[in-house]
Amino acid sequence: MSIPLALTVNGKAVKADIDPRLLLADFLRTTLGLTGTHIGCDTAQCGACTIHLDGRAIKSCNVLALQAQGADVVTIEGLAESDGTMHPMQAAFKECHGLQCGFCTTGMVMSAIDLVARHPNADEKTIREELEGNLCRCTGYHNIVKAVQQGAAAMAK
Amino acid sequence: MGAIESGFIGQSVRRKEDARFLLGAGQYTDDVTLPNQTHAYFLRSPHAHAKIRGIDTGKAKKAPGVIAVYTSADLEGVNGLPCGWLITDVDGTPMKEPPHPVLAKGKARYVGDHVALVIAETQNQAKDAAELIDVDYEVLPAVVNVVDALKPGAPQIHDEAPGNKCYTWAIGDKSAVDAAFAKAAHVTKLDIVNNRLVPNAIEPRAAVATYSRADDSYTLYVANQNPHVERLLMTAFVLGLPEHKVRVIAPDVGGGFGSKIYLYAEETAMVWASKRVNRPIKWAAERSESFLSDAHGRDHVTHAELALDKDGKFLALRVHTTANMGAYLSTFASCIPTILYATLLAGQYTTPVVYCEVTAAFTNTAPVDAYRGAGRPEATYVIERIVHQAGAEMGIPQDEIRRRNFIRTFPYQTPVALLYDTGGYDACLDEAMRIADVKGFAARKSDAAKRGKLRGLGYAAYIEACGIAPSNVAGSLGARAGLFEAGEVRVHPTGSVTVFTGSHSHGQGHETTFAQVVATRLGIPIENVDVVHGDTGRVLFGMGTYGSRSLAVGGTAIVKALDKVIAKGKKIAAHLLEAAESDIEFKDGKFTVAGTDRSKAFGEISLAAYVPHNYPLDKLEPGLNETAFYDPTNFTFPAGTHICEVEVDPDTGVVSIVSFSACDDFGNIINPMIVEGQVHGGLCQGIGQAMLEHCIYDSESGQLLTGSLMDYALPRADDVPSFKVETKVTPCTHNPLGAKGCGEAGAIGSPPALMNAVMDALSSVGVTHLDMPASPHRVWQAIQSARA
Repeated sequence: MSIPLALTVNGKAVKADIDPRLLLADFLRTTLGLTGTHIGCDTAQCGACTIHLDGRAIKSCNVLALQAQGADVVTIEGLAESDGTMHPMQAAFKECHGLQCGFCTTGMVMSAIDLVARHPNADEKTIREELEGNLCRCTGYHNIVKAVQQGAAAMAK
Repeated sequence: MGAIESGFIGQSVRRKEDARFLLGAGQYTDDVTLPNQTHAYFLRSPHAHAKIRGIDTGKAKKAPGVIAVYTSADLEGVNGLPCGWLITDVDGTPMKEPPHPVLAKGKARYVGDHVALVIAETQNQAKDAAELIDVDYEVLPAVVNVVDALKPGAPQIHDEAPGNKCYTWAIGDKSAVDAAFAKAAHVTKLDIVNNRLVPNAIEPRAAVATYSRADDSYTLYVANQNPHVERLLMTAFVLGLPEHKVRVIAPDVGGGFGSKIYLYAEETAMVWASKRVNRPIKWAAERSESFLSDAHGRDHVTHAELALDKDGKFLALRVHTTANMGAYLSTFASCIPTILYATLLAGQYTTPVVYCEVTAAFTNTAPVDAYRGAGRPEATYVIERIVHQAGAEMGIPQDEIRRRNFIRTFPYQTPVALLYDTGGYDACLDEAMRIADVKGFAARKSDAAKRGKLRGLGYAAYIEACGIAPSNVAGSLGARAGLFEAGEVRVHPTGSVTVFTGSHSHGQGHETTFAQVVATRLGIPIENVDVVHGDTGRVLFGMGTYGSRSLAVGGTAIVKALDKVIAKGKKIAAHLLEAAESDIEFKDGKFTVAGTDRSKAFGEISLAAYVPHNYPLDKLEPGLNETAFYDPTNFTFPAGTHICEVEVDPDTGVVSIVSFSACDDFGNIINPMIVEGQVHGGLCQGIGQAMLEHCIYDSESGQLLTGSLMDYALPRADDVPSFKVETKVTPCTHNPLGAKGCGEAGAIGSPPALMNAVMDALSSVGVTHLDMPASPHRVWQAIQSARA
């Protein structure tokens, strides 16, 4: 059985007939080839699959693709400008060495942007608490916190 | 050092690899999709120990979308997975090496053991079909605890290993140690457990295997830290394939921490099957599969005794360790609790005699192998916990007891085989104490006491042996592989450079660090240098990345290749400038006739090498492409001091890290930003071990109780503080970069520093024993027991 799905992904209208049990993360990765969204666990704990659904950061492994019917989805591939200029949060992660292996990074950046939208002047404690849903095994979070602070300042400009 | 010290060396150059990761353009194994691709699913044993009386795959083979179902019966001619290190028992016999079949043969020996491989058109079809496989298990009693496994009457796991013993191995002069203990003024005794861990790189293991009938060749994409080693082991030892017919690509790899060094059953079975089904096969582990089947880490039970004279000088150390190997020997399992552990037991101290005996045993658990630090965290944990306890027992301040025993003259031959080339342990201790504000601790402690909280300060002065290793030394100790590294510097006609390295980056930033070395040495822009790694089809050879060896060994191979490029460049320049080769100097990207202004730029020389019109063709080959293999003459010895300050709430048992300070000596540093990042990450993993992480199997059923990220606590952003990190430098004396390695230090120093801080905090309430992780539950229980 397949069911029609229509939504917007990174500003473009997308239509597909999909298996109803397809997860949004798999739809993005496999059907659309947007492999910047990563899958790191099976219990919605690691946050590597974080994307924006109608402006909110969500874990796309925990949502059926059909639940995104008519929604506006933004993935990591949709952040940079068309000439490749990075979003200020992406640039801040690079500048602060907020990434190592890169696997958690895309979800981390999506969460960070959402965090800053809700807490534009977040202090270190707030940032650490807000990043609870994103696991990183490489950086020890030290430089991620710095990157979020620097990214927040750049986004405010 | 000369030219190496200028240019980009010592600069926090932002990473060349970051753009692709941040834009979502990284290429991890699970991102690889090949035309006509099929999907694999592994049926795993639900039992810790069971006889397999039969497997009926009939229904599964007929299920929708199924292409093939394989069991061990199909794998005729396929050998078991090999172990790369032979340990010799104290009785002179080789360690017990029971077969490690790719798919379980006759018996399943741990929950998660691979029983069958299903290949189908889609992942869901493969999974659905696996449910139709009927395995006739006869469940057997299981044993998961390593001490229990060695008791008489324990369930027997392998016929080849009576009593479940793999080996008993020893190092050091036992009678000298016994004699020193007889004369000791004080003896400190310690029983500790080094808790079992699951590595949990955020990218789960994954593989895509494909076969080409056109040339009878295979290509394997795999999340792996050492693709050439993977290929060598898989072709030569297991599948019997010609090595040149197999290409292994480890593309972007999302963290390793040791767990992606090994040759695993999954990719081996998939390469084998790819020819049978003649289509690409893809598999990516779900996190629950990672918990079940990635090689785990640590899992030691240790009794240690330290003999001291009346002034707190160490006279001897005696250690007995029991190490869990899991159900089978993983690729490097046997050398972790021996060669990489007991040889580090001198630590930073002049302890004249050390004896260590290690018994390794099989259990019904996932195989245990190297995990960040690999043996060295376990050694440091023993030394630094017992030194802390000795200081506390004898009333000697923690910095003082360490200073009284520091090694200060180098080179220093330890009683456990290693020869330390250089170090400066006082400097790191002093600096760590400064940044930790040890002077202000008493006031902070009394302030905490007023709030009903217990403050503690813990030290760990660690050393590690990195830069693994001189191949002949490793070989004499049982290694079945060489441990050199290879590099190639390919200068293109227009002077840009592609570097091929046998090291592998899975987060370490080699594409940047190595480019800094090359750009500096050749005097060219860093944008003109790209670094290629992780592909047996492009890189000449490689031993890969583990043991903090990449810069010290892989970086040195590149330096050696650069030496050859420059030497050849001088010959070409001498010809073009009509000067003697001995008069040509190379500096800042120019070949100059000494004492003149006559010079040729690097790009002019490279162009001449590829357009050899005016060229000494009778004496010199065209082209500018040089390779080098580098086999180190000694290990490197990074060392440092970590200091942790904690506050314990005695009512809840919650431990809060107030501050964590680290001063490390990694030798010369190419990119301080990357080095600090490595330290941060290591500290966080060590803190995870000390406070949160604990892999637990049920002692009756052998089921993995901590089998998901809901049950196994990885450190999250709000579990750790920001870190205070400094470095001191004593350059390594035996590699041209003077580099020692920085990847594991954080995970080595932090567990004892944290646990010593907790023990210090709890000393006032009478707690004398606590094992990791210092969870609120355990700490609260320890406080209640002490008070009772």
